[in-house]
Amino acid sequence: MEYEAVIGLETHVQLKTRSKMWCGCANQFGAPPNTHVCPVCLGLPGVLPVVNDEALRLTALTGLMLNSKISAHAKFDRKNYFYPDSAKNYQITQYDRPSTEGGWFEFEYDGAGSLDGLARVKITRAHLEEDVGKNVHFDRFSGVDFNRAGVPLLEIVSEPDLTSSAMAYEYLTSLTAALVREGVSDCDMEKGMVRCDVNVSVRPKGSQKLGAKVEIKNMNTFSGVRRALDYEIPRQMAVVAAGGAIPQETRRWDELAGITETMRSKEDAHDYRYFPEPDLMPFVPVDEWMNSVRSRLVEMPLALKKRLIREYGIPAGDAEVLTNDWPLADYFERAVRGAKNSKGVANWVINNLRARLVQRGCGLEDMRFPISGIGELVELVDSGRVSSKIAQEVFEQMFERGESPAAIVEHKGLSQVSDVGAIEEFCREVIVGNPKSAEDFRAGKPAALNFLKGQVMKLSKGKANPGMAGAVLERLLRG
Amino acid sequence: MLHRLTLSELTQRIARRECSAVEALESCLAQIDRVDGQVKAFLSVDREDARAQAAAADKEIAAGRSSAEKPLLGVPVALKDVLAHKGQPLNCGSRILGKFVSPYDATVVTHMKDAGAVVFGRLNMDEFAMGSSTENSAFHTTLNPWDTTRIPGGSSGGCAASVSAGECFASIGSDTGGSIRQPAALCGCVGVKPTYGRVSRFGLVAFASSLDQIGPFTRDVRDAALLTQVLSGYDRRDSTSIPQAVPSYVGSLTGDLRGMKIGLVKEFMVGGLDPEVDAAVTAAVRQIQSLGAEVVEVSLPHSEYAVATYYIIATAEASANLARFDGIRYGARVDGADPMELNSRTRGAGFGPEVKRRIILGTYVLSSGYYDAYYLRAQKVRTLIRNDFLNAFEKVDAIVSPTTPTAAFKVGEKAADPLQMYLSDIFTISCNLAGICGMSLPCGFTASPKLPIGLQILGKPFGEETMFRLAHAYEQSTGWHRERCPVG
Repeated sequence: MEYEAVIGLETHVQLKTRSKMWCGCANQFGAPPNTHVCPVCLGLPGVLPVVNDEALRLTALTGLMLNSKISAHAKFDRKNYFYPDSAKNYQITQYDRPSTEGGWFEFEYDGAGSLDGLARVKITRAHLEEDVGKNVHFDRFSGVDFNRAGVPLLEIVSEPDLTSSAMAYEYLTSLTAALVREGVSDCDMEKGMVRCDVNVSVRPKGSQKLGAKVEIKNMNTFSGVRRALDYEIPRQMAVVAAGGAIPQETRRWDELAGITETMRSKEDAHDYRYFPEPDLMPFVPVDEWMNSVRSRLVEMPLALKKRLIREYGIPAGDAEVLTNDWPLADYFERAVRGAKNSKGVANWVINNLRARLVQRGCGLEDMRFPISGIGELVELVDSGRVSSKIAQEVFEQMFERGESPAAIVEHKGLSQVSDVGAIEEFCREVIVGNPKSAEDFRAGKPAALNFLKGQVMKLSKGKANPGMAGAVLERLLRG
Repeated sequence: MLHRLTLSELTQRIARRECSAVEALESCLAQIDRVDGQVKAFLSVDREDARAQAAAADKEIAAGRSSAEKPLLGVPVALKDVLAHKGQPLNCGSRILGKFVSPYDATVVTHMKDAGAVVFGRLNMDEFAMGSSTENSAFHTTLNPWDTTRIPGGSSGGCAASVSAGECFASIGSDTGGSIRQPAALCGCVGVKPTYGRVSRFGLVAFASSLDQIGPFTRDVRDAALLTQVLSGYDRRDSTSIPQAVPSYVGSLTGDLRGMKIGLVKEFMVGGLDPEVDAAVTAAVRQIQSLGAEVVEVSLPHSEYAVATYYIIATAEASANLARFDGIRYGARVDGADPMELNSRTRGAGFGPEVKRRIILGTYVLSSGYYDAYYLRAQKVRTLIRNDFLNAFEKVDAIVSPTTPTAAFKVGEKAADPLQMYLSDIFTISCNLAGICGMSLPCGFTASPKLPIGLQILGKPFGEETMFRLAHAYEQSTGWHRERCPVG
């Protein structure tokens, strides 16, 4: 019998707010331990939470992004459990009335469950909660850093629509890219801004009944999710195929050993004793508030990519690069305005501009040459006015001096030499200076022509039209 | 005998420069030295800090600051040990907080300091405000200044006893099911539980978040109105406080009850009421009638479920609110092999039996499989109880009843029987469930021994003005509030 995997993901992302969820402390990674704390996020006696409005807005924005229903009456609940990293020993979360419900997310994926290179995963809900502190273990004792405690956390719960580790990986990558694009979260994995719980079961292929669910908790890399599933799915299939049963349980992923292992069984599951948070009033968004959130919604990465291909005719690979670097895509769209060769502009933006920016460690905002500059440069090459080699030099000048390409070509005299007479002069000089190579060519070694052509370019300081140089050389040698 | 004055009398004397803030404070400190060995209302007093505040108040007075700008200028006011006061211990009558010192001020403390008060002392209470006698305090039992073989009521027993015994001019407590009104009644002072949302709870260590409210203890109604006014107002740090302007409560004390309709609750006229309490309250109702108010009967049909409903909701919320006391970040700690063991040992040693009982009960009513039958149902009954009151308030402007079924009981009399103790709150509890305002004021005494009897007045949500007007008119037509206890 053939089996299939059924996967659902709970993705936790830290929201990009200035302050924490319930207090004014900075939501900032990397500060010395317990420096972004106050009585509220330390859970001192007598304090009360106050909801961060921006966190509610980013949650609603995510809801719009995921085509969800935004609740007209969202409330908060207490989830009770003891753990040293929890300041109150309950987490304020949203239990039965989350801020957003339903929806779907579409992403590029080519495999089972996709259509035309696209896959769509249904979203159950996205709800708002608070992050906890971080336990730090020393030789003989442990400490807790509460800088992270109370950072707004959005949990995006997918339906069990995913069928493979590769699909799960693509979903996570695309989802976080979209969240970054919308300004919801920086999704910086290194800083622990994204964490994931994986629910996975297996069943005979074609069956509608779900198998017992295994939850793999606290995954903090996407490659980890992929590897854990690559281990867990075959493990479950082997058990079921051998006539065994998978118990419902929570497992942990051992990154070093590359295996999952039992953390707690269903019987040991926590009873979280949820009840409505009495310190907070239910949240009822008004139209004006909702409209201001809606106005922040920007084009999602997949939509952008599709449009770049359609509108500018650029290769999918280039569109992908631009989509993954939104400011660059924005730059491209402004630079290509009025240009004849949009593919050429994309090529220059990606291969030259981006590379130089990385190399120099500077940003697009530092570029002083006119936004139309790259388009003009491409035009100079396409019209044969400068060689592509000279174009590189022109670009360097643009980058360094902020001038337009026309101005650089003008005052440095970099126009390509396409005058037959001038090129003939260069060619004659090269043939005289390289009799051996000239002899080789005449003796039937065509490669020698390339060498001679190179010498012509060198002699002309790169200004000779390379196509013409080749033709003239050949004519002179054969003649 | 400065310490016997009411707060308003004191501020007048200070305004006329007949006495200083330092003298007012010293009169309290002297009275504490004289009587607190018997009454045991205070857990601690930071005299140095109080004297510095009083001296600062005198400087302001000398510089021409008037009580019109700062209505509590130079007035010593003491705090229940459940309110955060920066730099002062905060124990909630419990061992579990150890040597904890609050790093911040409760909003009400800020309000009082802004009004010029000298905020001092930590007043005894039942541990985490759970109790009706202060016998659940981890430190000691406060005694009733009218008869020191009896309890002062609770949980704010220290608040009531200190005001009656003349150890402060007013005190601030909290009321979750009667914790202000019941001890005020048993100690013969005025105690107010404002409407839920009227006073910020920021800095009040939560027992039951949806029921807790902060309020004052004073020696007469005018003082209570003034202090309630100072404490009230929207606070952005408390999302459950309500952005509604605070009227002049002192201005509402017109003495005129003509046209006012007063309700007597049919369901409260049950057995178990002490005959002397019954007689005093009946007399008070007649007196109110004679002042021009009309008295009618009203019904609160779901009253009989109030105590049960209260003990489900209050304990459920408490079980979560008290979870933070785990010995990890602050307070007392009993070490263990792992965090869980540290947690349970700390809590095992740090909490008293009543607190443990309520945490266990609250944990149970929220647990999977029981939530619907207990917590959810209790919330529904709570709505019915609130609706009962709102219906009654369609017909009447205020409701009057006894505050407690009996006068102060003996130390140890009910300590072994939690249910009997819970029932002493039978008249006060539904007010918190409904979120309305309520208060208690003296309406007589038992004959022998002479013990105070309290009259409870319940008002509409944000109906404090009417409540104070009724209380004030009644009080001024009697002399009960001028009686002083033997140690006072």
